[in-house]
Amino acid sequence: MAEEESKREEVPIAIELAKKQREISIASFFEKNRHLLGFDNPRKSLLTSIKEAVDNSLDACEEASILPEINVEVVEMTETKFRVIVEDNGPGIVKKQIPNIFAKLLYGSKFFKLSQSRGQQGIGISASVLYAQLTTGKPARITSRISKKHPSYYYELHIDTQNNKPEIIKEEEVEWGKEHGTRIELDLEGSYQKGDQSIDQYLKQTAIVNPHITIIYTNPKAEQIIFARASEQMPRKVVEIKPHPYGIEIGVLLSMLKLTEARTLQSFLMNEFSRVGSGTAKQICENAALLPNTKPKDISRDMAEKLIEGIKKTKIIAPSVDCISPIGQELLEKGMKKEINAEFYTAVTRPPEVYRGNPFIVEAAIAYGGQQNPEESMKLLRYANRVPLLYQQGACAITRSIINTMWRNYGLSQSKGALPIGPVSVVVHIASVWVPFTSESKEAIAHYPEIIKEIKLALQECGRKLASYVGKKRRLQFEGKKRDYIKMFIPHVGEALKELLKLTDKDEKNIEELLEEILEKKRGEMEEIEAKNLEYDEEFAKIGKEVETEEGENNEEKE
Amino acid sequence: MKKKSSQEEVVKKIESIAKDDIYEKIKKRKLPELQMPLRALTNVKYDPKDGFFELVGKMKERTLTASTIKTFAQTLRMMAHAKNIVENDDITTKREMYYISKNWAEAMFKEQPESDTVMDDMEAMMMVNREQLGFIPEEKGGEVAGKLIVVDKDTDTGKDLRIDCTKFGSGAYSIPISVEHLKFETDAKFILAIETAGMFQRLLKHNYWKKANCILVSMGGVPTRACRRFVRRLSDERKIPVYVFTDGDMYGYANIYRTLKVGSGNAAHINEYFCVPQAKFLGVTPQDIIDYKLPTHPLKDVDIKRGKDALKNDPFIQHHKEWRNALEQMNKMKVRAEQQALAKWGLNYVIEKYLPDKLKKPNTWLP
Repeated sequence: MAEEESKREEVPIAIELAKKQREISIASFFEKNRHLLGFDNPRKSLLTSIKEAVDNSLDACEEASILPEINVEVVEMTETKFRVIVEDNGPGIVKKQIPNIFAKLLYGSKFFKLSQSRGQQGIGISASVLYAQLTTGKPARITSRISKKHPSYYYELHIDTQNNKPEIIKEEEVEWGKEHGTRIELDLEGSYQKGDQSIDQYLKQTAIVNPHITIIYTNPKAEQIIFARASEQMPRKVVEIKPHPYGIEIGVLLSMLKLTEARTLQSFLMNEFSRVGSGTAKQICENAALLPNTKPKDISRDMAEKLIEGIKKTKIIAPSVDCISPIGQELLEKGMKKEINAEFYTAVTRPPEVYRGNPFIVEAAIAYGGQQNPEESMKLLRYANRVPLLYQQGACAITRSIINTMWRNYGLSQSKGALPIGPVSVVVHIASVWVPFTSESKEAIAHYPEIIKEIKLALQECGRKLASYVGKKRRLQFEGKKRDYIKMFIPHVGEALKELLKLTDKDEKNIEELLEEILEKKRGEMEEIEAKNLEYDEEFAKIGKEVETEEGENNEEKE
Repeated sequence: MKKKSSQEEVVKKIESIAKDDIYEKIKKRKLPELQMPLRALTNVKYDPKDGFFELVGKMKERTLTASTIKTFAQTLRMMAHAKNIVENDDITTKREMYYISKNWAEAMFKEQPESDTVMDDMEAMMMVNREQLGFIPEEKGGEVAGKLIVVDKDTDTGKDLRIDCTKFGSGAYSIPISVEHLKFETDAKFILAIETAGMFQRLLKHNYWKKANCILVSMGGVPTRACRRFVRRLSDERKIPVYVFTDGDMYGYANIYRTLKVGSGNAAHINEYFCVPQAKFLGVTPQDIIDYKLPTHPLKDVDIKRGKDALKNDPFIQHHKEWRNALEQMNKMKVRAEQQALAKWGLNYVIEKYLPDKLKKPNTWLP
């Protein structure tokens, strides 16, 4: 031992270490850290693969203004092996790009632009391909066509993990009935279960907030569920925007200054940011004590910091809403009514706000009472850019905001640091050009104070309406009880008067009827305040709910 | 004959309330309402010229509201019952009335005080005595001994029945529930109304009434209506003064004596007949406690509170400076004394010394 050590001293250890140091391919990295992308366990992996494929399909359709119709099929091959097929009617992918999009990680268009979309990083679908490859060794099978004038192409793809490059196993022209669209087929290890975090639940929740889509879903039990389109109206098409000055961080600002083609600070501000005109740009420069004609490349780190201070001091109008497409109060409420049979619904869409220069909108809806269990914790449905978030509820900014809201003010009971208890469900949607997730698996939203504040404001707005409903209901119940109590004694008045004035039975009956009439007149009409829910769909509500009690994974991730 | 017409009158009164205030209004789709005087100290005034607590006119309503509907229905049902018994020349005791309500399902009275209250309200609303409505109390009317012959009537024969109150030995004559028909023969000099049965017994034992030529009345606490009416009639008709002898405490002053003399807030609607305005308070006064060096008990919080309440809310006490002083004096002394405390000086001290002494010195009395 001692000898060995002394030998090592002669050659510096760093040189030894250097032999082992080399670039890690993103694909190899993922091979080891697949949990970061949502492939922690077989059940979740199966869901994540489908989710990535469906998200991509929806984004593609919406970008091309096509009403999405998506076919999802999950086939159980063995107990642990599944075939996943997702087929859309989207615009298709040009031949050259197919291998890169499906078999190269961090490849795509969405990362580089600021606009609201489901996918953001360009990891999702290729990660699914990689996961399938790792667990079954089978290649991904892709078919795509861009128009009826073009042929359909079929690819079998592997990922070369060492080099993060597509490896084309097979490539051919095929006959395909679709005019345009894309189909992906993956074989992968998984586990299928119904319940809260199931595929069924994910697809249903997707349908709730995306009334313009149709999903035809065949589950491993070969049951077909159709989530039919409820609205022909596409979500408003979003436009790409430049960052808003509020919330920009020093690092980003410095690299923007370096990359810009603008020749003065003023034109830099006007060209690279949204909502900055010449007046505002001059104002920012003045507040930052910098000359508007400074060359961007000459701006030092200290000056950049001054610039950020200057931005903070300047009043700049809120970012344009064009880049964000909220679901809207009406559709949010409608979606909730379909799923939850409650007696009171309310929804709110907040005005846009900014975090780190990114505009975002928070929406919230509440369903109260009805068939919901008053003894249970609030049921929470979280959405980001119209995608339901099923995992890591506890780590999410939405959950934090709910816990930090004083629900007792709104007639619910709540112990410190917990979700409120009561017959209530809440939907929170955050739409942004860049939703800050805590990890690549996109399961929880990061705790930005600006976002938490907005969520709380949305919840409070709903909460106030809820409180006024609950209060009104309580008063009405009390009033109803009072009336019933008074009515209980009316027959006694009738009987006494009959005895006192020697009246007939008919007179007595008449007295009772008149007294009830007088009572109603005096106390006023009893208002009917419970919502008549005609949208509630019992079959729909059941989907994904029947939890099969097989052992194990059922309870994991229950926060 | 007179009785007959008064019964008819009562029935008519009941019917007119039921018809005009209730039935006719209902037929016109108007809110039916029973109105009755508020029976409370806050709704009485005291005028020494009249000599009793009089209602000043605050009313309470019972109608179709959650807080009054039950008593509204109960009052009507009780009115129906009263009409029935008056027409049949029958009676119902207060306790019986309470049990009769057990047939009224949810409109029944849970406790007797509830039915007593509705009964008193009915009296007040109609301005008649409950006896005229056929209701009689169970309570004892008080006891009488001494120089008095009560002339009652034999219920079977209708003949006069002369009752000599000197002939009860160690017992006493019981005041009946209704005293209106009684006649009195006496040459007694005064009536002594006594709070406790114990003191009454002591005075009886030694034939104090013979010695002092008086009539002894045992009230047994706050005097009943019958007792008050008996003393009032006896005093009015035979023109004899009434002296009151109670414990030296707030209850004896503000409850027993005050109720005998001017009536109560709760029964303000009938005080006019059930009070003895000519009564005078003989003792035990706070000053007596000092003068006769009586053994005392410390005042309890409730005693002090009762005294303060009387000073603040009782129009009778407020009207008489002497009483205000007496109550304030007692509150300062922080002690009270019972009638029987006089026994400290010997069992017969009350007969031989205290009463003769006090009777000689009207300036030591309270109004």
